[in-house]
Amino acid sequence: MGHNEAAPDEVDRSKPSWANRLATLTPWSHGKKRPPRPGSGIEARPIIRRLVWARRLCQAAFLALFCFLIFESGFRGSFAATDEPVRLALPVEGFLMADPLVALLTLLSTHTIYRGLLWALGVLALTLIFGRVFCGWICPFGTLHHFFAWVFPSRYGKGNRRVAQNKTHPVRQRVKHYILYGLLAAAVAGSTIGGLFDPICFVTRALALVVLPATQYATNAGAELARGTNVGVAQRASDGVADFLAATVWQTNQFYFHETWLIAVLFVAALFLNRFIPRFWCRVLCPLGALLGLTSRFALFGIEKTHDNCTDCDRCLRHCQGADSPQGGVKWRQDECHMCLNCEAACPEDVIKFRFLPNYLSRQGAPDTQRRTALASAAAGAVLIPVLRAADGLDVNTNERVIRPPGSVAERELLERCIRCGQCMKVCPNNAVQPALFEAGLEGLWTPILIPRIGYCEHSCVLCGDVCPTGAIAKITEAQKLGIDQAPISIGTAFINRGRCLPWAMATPCIVCEEFCPTSPKAIWVEAVEAPRRAAEPAEAEGDPSGATIAVGRPHVDPARCIGCGACEKMCPVQDEPAIAITSVGETRSTTNMILLERGSYN
Amino acid sequence: MPNLSRRDALRRIGRAAAVVGGSAALGVALWDQHGHRGEGSSQRPQTRDFRVRDDHPTLPQLAIASTGTDPLALTQSAVDALGGMARFISRGDVVTIKPNIGWDRTPLQAANTNPLVIAALVRMVLEAGAKRVTVTDASCNEASRSFQRSGIWKAAHDAGAEVVLPAKHRFRTMRLNGEVLDEWPIFRPVVDADKVINAPVVKHHNLAKYTGALKNWYGLLGGRRNRLHQKIDVSIADLATFMQPTLTVVDATRVLMRNGPQGGNIADTKALHKVIASVDQIAADAYSCQLIGVRRDDLGYLDLCHQRGLGTKVWEDLRRTEV
Repeated sequence: MGHNEAAPDEVDRSKPSWANRLATLTPWSHGKKRPPRPGSGIEARPIIRRLVWARRLCQAAFLALFCFLIFESGFRGSFAATDEPVRLALPVEGFLMADPLVALLTLLSTHTIYRGLLWALGVLALTLIFGRVFCGWICPFGTLHHFFAWVFPSRYGKGNRRVAQNKTHPVRQRVKHYILYGLLAAAVAGSTIGGLFDPICFVTRALALVVLPATQYATNAGAELARGTNVGVAQRASDGVADFLAATVWQTNQFYFHETWLIAVLFVAALFLNRFIPRFWCRVLCPLGALLGLTSRFALFGIEKTHDNCTDCDRCLRHCQGADSPQGGVKWRQDECHMCLNCEAACPEDVIKFRFLPNYLSRQGAPDTQRRTALASAAAGAVLIPVLRAADGLDVNTNERVIRPPGSVAERELLERCIRCGQCMKVCPNNAVQPALFEAGLEGLWTPILIPRIGYCEHSCVLCGDVCPTGAIAKITEAQKLGIDQAPISIGTAFINRGRCLPWAMATPCIVCEEFCPTSPKAIWVEAVEAPRRAAEPAEAEGDPSGATIAVGRPHVDPARCIGCGACEKMCPVQDEPAIAITSVGETRSTTNMILLERGSYN
Repeated sequence: MPNLSRRDALRRIGRAAAVVGGSAALGVALWDQHGHRGEGSSQRPQTRDFRVRDDHPTLPQLAIASTGTDPLALTQSAVDALGGMARFISRGDVVTIKPNIGWDRTPLQAANTNPLVIAALVRMVLEAGAKRVTVTDASCNEASRSFQRSGIWKAAHDAGAEVVLPAKHRFRTMRLNGEVLDEWPIFRPVVDADKVINAPVVKHHNLAKYTGALKNWYGLLGGRRNRLHQKIDVSIADLATFMQPTLTVVDATRVLMRNGPQGGNIADTKALHKVIASVDQIAADAYSCQLIGVRRDDLGYLDLCHQRGLGTKVWEDLRRTEV
C-alpha cells in the first residue's frame, strides 16, 4: 500500500485557478461541470454530497445563532409594562446549557444538574447516535477553527505535507483526554476551573469581552471621524449606523472590561494555531471534544471501509477535520472523527461509506490514552485545588474588592459552579460585572466581580443571575434583591474616605453619593454642618482668623441599610480614587464576611 | 560584479529622492510648530432660545390646572388655558419634549414625569401640525431601564412620538460660556429641534431642595455631571441661561415629598393632581416649589435666574389663570 499513484489530472488540480476553486465550492456545480475525479473516478453518493453542504450550512447557522445570542445578551428596553419584571426574551445561555462538559463538571462538583443543564443530555444523545457531530456541525468554536484552518491554509498546507498534517497523531491527540481527566478530577475536588478550557465558555468569553467591545470601539472611532467631517450625509449615516448597531449588536454605551488582554491573547493564539495544524484546538486541546470522543464509541452511525479498493491517493485526508484516519489500511478513529463527511465525499474509489450500524471491522472506538499518564493528570487536577486553596484569599485574608454580583452563592460554592463563561458580564446593563484577573486568586480567574468605578449594580436589575447557566449567580427575583417584605440582598458596604470627600475634607458641597443611593430610606444620610472655610485672602498670621464658614452636608453610611451596589462609588466626583468605595464586607451570601452583630432592621 | 546601468542608477536615486521629498512634504504639512494645534474650541458661546414671540397680550402666561384627577385632561386644560398648543407649535416644526426620565422607577414612585402627561403633550403637538416629535432625556440610571420602567417609552411611542435613548454619539460638545459651565457635551436631540417643551416632574431634591423645570436641564448634559453639585445653584442658572424652552409643562399629578430625587418608596409620594403650564420656566418653578413645601426664596438658583433676567420668580406678576 506504500505506492502513491498520481492521478492523470493531479498536476492541473495542484494549482487550482480561482474559477476552479469556486466551482468546487458551489453546491450547484455538482451536476454537470464537476471536474473529473481521479483514480477510478467513482462519484460520491448524492446523499453525501448533500450532507456535506447541509453540514456547512448547519455550521454557519449555528455560528450565526451563537453570535446572535451573544448580541442579545443585554437589555435594550422594551414596551413592556412598567411593573413587569425585566428579563431577556431569549435563552441567551442556550449553548452553555447544552454543553455536556459544563453539565458534567458541575455535576461532579455539586452533585446536581442545575436547571437548564439537563439540555446537555440532548447533545449526549446526538453523540450516541451520530458520533461527534457536535464538533463538526454545531460547535461555534469548532466552526471558527474550521474556517480559519481554511482561510489561513496551514504553513504546510499543500500536497503531501497537508495530508501528513491530517494523519492521526496519537501522542498529540491524546493530550485533550489528559486535560479532560485533570479538569474532571478538579471538579471532584470542588472546582469548576475546567470552564477555562470549555470551548463554549472560551468563545463566549472571547466574543463578549474582547471581540465585541473592541469592534464597538473601532466603530465608534470611525463614526467620530464621520461626524467630524461636517458633511451632513456622512453625519446622518454615521448616526444611523451607530443607532442600528446599538439596537442589534451592542448597547448604546461603550463597554470596558477589566484586564482582558489575557483572554484576547489566548483567543488569537488558539485561532492562529490553525496555521500550523488544522483545528489544533479541536484535535489537541478541547476537553469537550475528548468527552464526546469518549462517548462516541457507542454511536450508531459510522464508517465502514473497503480497504481493498484503496489506492492510497489520500484525497480523504486533504480535508479531514478530526485527523481520524479515514484512509484505507488503518483503523478509523471513531473517537477523533468530527463526522464532517469530507472523506467520503472526496473518495474516488468507494472505500469509505458512512452508514448506520456499520460493521466495526476496521475502527478503533476508544482513545488510546496511557493509563499512567491519565492517572497522573487526574491526580494533578485533584491536587491542584487544595494547593490553590491552601494559599490565602479564600478562607483567610480575602480580597475586599472581590464583590460578587447579587445572588452569587457563597464563595466556595461559587467556585463549584462558576464556569467563567462571561455571560453575566455581557448582560450587565451597567458594565459593572467584570472578569477577575487574580483578585480572587488564581482559581478565581475570570470569575465575576463588580468594579463599581466602571459601573454600579442597577438597583432593580437581576439579569446576571437570570443568564447564569450553572447557578453560580442564583436566579433571584426583584423582591428578593430589593428586599420587599424581606431583607434585601447586599453585596458589600460603602465606606467614606474622609480625607478625600469634598464636604468632609474641602468644605465643598457635593453629596452626589446620597443622591444616587437607591435604597429607601437611603443608606447614605447627610449631616448638615457649618464647615470652616478659608477666606479668599488667607491671613498671613497662623491659622485663618476670618471665621468664615460654609453650610455643607457631610455624608454618612448606615451599614445596616447599605446594599453595596456601588452607585455612590461610581458617581463620586473625586475622579481617580473615589472618596466613597465599596468593599465586600456585609455581603449577604457570606456567613463570615460580616461587619455588624445584627444585620440591622430593614423594613 | 556587473556595472550598474545608468537607468538603474537613476531609478534608485529617483526613488530615494521621492521618499525623502514625500516625507519632507508630509512633515511640513503636518508640522505643529507651536505645539498642541487643535486644542481649544473655536466655537463661540452659544445659547438656545426656543421661545415664541409673545404677541398675545391677553393670553395667560401661567396656567394651573387642578380640576379632576386625569393627567391627560389636566395637561390638556393647562395648555389650552395658555391658548392651546397652536400658540407655540407651527406646522412642520420638529419638536422635542424633554421629560424627566432620570431613574429606574415606576410611575407610582413619582421619580419621573407621569407618562400620561407626556402622552397628552405628544398628541397635542402632533395635532398642532408638528412634523416630528421626539421624547428624550439623558437618564441618571441605566437608560433602557429608566425609559421602560417610567412608562414613558411606551406612552410616548403609542402617542406617535419618536423616543430617543441617550448614546454617546448623540452628544456634541458646545460652549455654554456660563459662570461654571464652560464646554460640555450637549444632548443633540434637544438643542437641534425647532421647538422644545420642558416637561419635568415636581420632586424633593436633597441638595437643590426642589427639582422641577430648571434642574431638569441637567438632562441636557453628558459627561461627568456629578461635579456640578459643588455649585449646583450656579450650574442650574447657567443651564437656564443656555436653554429657554418654548413651553414649560410641570407635572405635579404625583410628587415626591421626601427622599428625592430618586425616591423609591410610594409612601414618600403624594398625589396633587395639578399640571402647571407656563411660558416662563422660572415662574413655573417659583409656583411649583411651594407644592412640596419649599419657599421660592430658599432656592438659590431661582434668585440667580431672576437676577439674570431669565424670567420672574414673582409668578404673581404674570397673567395667569386657574382651571
